[in-house]
Amino acid sequence: MIKKEMIAMLLAGGQGSRLGVLTSKVAKPAVAFGGKYRIIDFPLSNCINSGVDTVGVLTQYQPLRLNSHIGIGIPWDLDRNIGGVSVLPPYEKSANSEWYSGTANAIYQNLEYMESYNPDYVLILSGDHIYKMDYEVMLDYHKANQADVTIAAMPVPIEEASRFGIVITDDDGRIQEFEEKPEHPRSNLASMGIYIFSWPVLKEALIANAHVPGCDFGKHVIPYCHEKKQRLFAYEYNGYWKDVGTLGSYWEANMELIDIIPEFNLYEEFWKIYTKSEIIPPQYISEDAVIDRSIIGEGTDVYGEVHNSVIGCGVTIGKGTIVRDSIIMQNTTIGENCVIDKSIIAEKVTVGDGVVLGIGEDIPNKEKPNIYSFGLVTIGDNTVIPPNVKIGKNTAIWGKTNAQDYPEGVLGSGETLIKAGDVL
Amino acid sequence: MRAVGIILAGGNNNRMRELSNKRAIAAMPVAGSYRSIDFALSNMSNSHIQKVAVLTQYNSRSLHEHLSSSKWWDFGRKQGGLFTFTPTITADNSFWYRGTADAIYQNLDFLKKSHEPYVVIASGDCIYKMDYNKVLEYHISKKADITVVYKELPPGEDATRFGTLKMDDDGRIQEFEEKPMVATSNNISTGIYVIRRRQLIELIEKSATEERHDFVKDILIRYKGLKRIYGYRMDSYWSNISTVESYYKTNMDFLKKDVRDYFFKQYPDVYSKIDDLPPAKYNPGANVKNSLISSGCIINGTVENSIIFKKSFIGNNCVIKNSIILNDVYIGDNTCIENCIVESRDTIRANSCYKGEEDIRIVVEKNDRYII
Repeated sequence: MIKKEMIAMLLAGGQGSRLGVLTSKVAKPAVAFGGKYRIIDFPLSNCINSGVDTVGVLTQYQPLRLNSHIGIGIPWDLDRNIGGVSVLPPYEKSANSEWYSGTANAIYQNLEYMESYNPDYVLILSGDHIYKMDYEVMLDYHKANQADVTIAAMPVPIEEASRFGIVITDDDGRIQEFEEKPEHPRSNLASMGIYIFSWPVLKEALIANAHVPGCDFGKHVIPYCHEKKQRLFAYEYNGYWKDVGTLGSYWEANMELIDIIPEFNLYEEFWKIYTKSEIIPPQYISEDAVIDRSIIGEGTDVYGEVHNSVIGCGVTIGKGTIVRDSIIMQNTTIGENCVIDKSIIAEKVTVGDGVVLGIGEDIPNKEKPNIYSFGLVTIGDNTVIPPNVKIGKNTAIWGKTNAQDYPEGVLGSGETLIKAGDVL
Repeated sequence: MRAVGIILAGGNNNRMRELSNKRAIAAMPVAGSYRSIDFALSNMSNSHIQKVAVLTQYNSRSLHEHLSSSKWWDFGRKQGGLFTFTPTITADNSFWYRGTADAIYQNLDFLKKSHEPYVVIASGDCIYKMDYNKVLEYHISKKADITVVYKELPPGEDATRFGTLKMDDDGRIQEFEEKPMVATSNNISTGIYVIRRRQLIELIEKSATEERHDFVKDILIRYKGLKRIYGYRMDSYWSNISTVESYYKTNMDFLKKDVRDYFFKQYPDVYSKIDDLPPAKYNPGANVKNSLISSGCIINGTVENSIIFKKSFIGNNCVIKNSIILNDVYIGDNTCIENCIVESRDTIRANSCYKGEEDIRIVVEKNDRYII
């Protein structure tokens, strides 16, 4: 009989709408990160490095890129005879077919998958965090406490604690109370959305909460377990962990990688991060190029200047172009004599010659000031930007735009230009 | 596909100098991210040849490591696959491979148990892209017994380290000389052959009974009057890396846009083993001009007209010019390296200076990384 001590369920179905046009056509976990990676590479690599070789990936929103990235799991060594990676989309049932309506509901709909591996523990992960964590150590902690549920939590500055779900523990680490985004936090331990459940506890809780609409771990399942006086423990984590849920934190986390000795170091032999590499050739840096404080992926050709930036694989940066404080994802082509400041440019984008990005005043975005802020220019996948246009700050562009879309050749700060429909 | 593949990767060449101490030529790193044998293997895979044998003998550890999985070239299939054959002692043979024909003879079962009608033979030390089906079509249309792919060297290039050939108007080979003292033709054999499988088995078995072991000398040259041996002209990029000079030049060719675009951007791709290295990193002080930089490198100094292979570290104030730094080299601060090839996995002390004068200098320090 198949027996896996711990299996992982990785929640990768969310849209991540706070990443704006970056997630127009892709789920957040499939968004590129750090030059050659995608966000989901981090939890997947953590799984295999922790010895967890059975991972169910729950997908729902725009799964195409995620599916093709994961494949049968070869890059993470998750192509296993028994176990390995399984992509789990919502499916039709004889009665009550529904989409995944919440994190716990998604897991509930896959009870059979989990049951088939006969696990003792189930690890619940989300596909949108950048961190390195040994889940085996967390499991040891779970076992040592004879816990029913262990929640990974990290100390955050107390002034920021009100943005998180906060746990309040006793001296042994046992959780006494929860506060969801409290105004006056009584602790600075923030839940990281990483849980280990003893399988019978999870199963019982999911079935008991099956009819809760939009059943969610943080809102329903964990409080349910707490009310039942089960043993909930907080596992304190003190390493690097970043939620890249907003454009600002996404940009920041990328920029941290270019520090001389980054807090989150990709160059350590230990705890490698794996990804699907389609582009193998080395990068070419031309006679006229200038590069400093940057990381650059394979197969990229640089003819211009790159400062403080994270550049993906297969990118071309034209002669005379200056890129500063920006993120450029794979297979994007930047023309000649452009100036690109503080921009996030997604995959397969074409930027014409002489384009200037990130000029003018830092005024809030008119449509979605909460999403497009931080003074960033955000450009979605497959966008085309015609030559010689100027684009301001806090802007969002997506689609095959042409010169007519830019009155007098300018898209002012705070504007949004989305030509959806014809985007492929 | 109608053919099986054989890649001859056993070779060593003293003209590789110190570089061959460490590995077979077929395992030499090339163009930043590849190994020499990747080109032949990718060509086989892209020509839909599903079953490939690699014959290797000399210092094959590095090659074996590279070929530890066949999935990178898409060979690990139910039909066919990638086979690596090193000499083994058997009940009736205790020799090393005594030549290319002997290497095939010792693994003749591979050919006998195949069912494909043709065999494509290639060598592991050449850098090129080729659809072997084109050669096979030519081979069939000429009703040839053996087809040899040849390349016309530009005037002035030394043909004497190759086999040279002359053909009649139909393309049939009339003259074939192996490493002639004086080359009378600048058409050279590329070491790529197409031959019917049963024909090959017959010729190899016959040569073995006569104690003849070399495919070129004892089969191609010896049989050229008797068998229909044809030349197929290849016009695209082709380079053999088996001397230090040609190895250096071939790598430097990749600094040219047309060569790079041909290999890196045009379909089909060249595949290689994936190393899971992070992107290259440029710290303050990095100053890189006209160079290829591979993944996993950390650059703190100046690099000009050079090729830096994977996972190398270039310290502060270093100046690297016209050089090739192989995989996983650590170069300490204030070091200058010019016209050199630095052997892989080496650690170069800070404040060193290496310069190649007339010849390319090969740098091998063999320092222990964690002591200095």
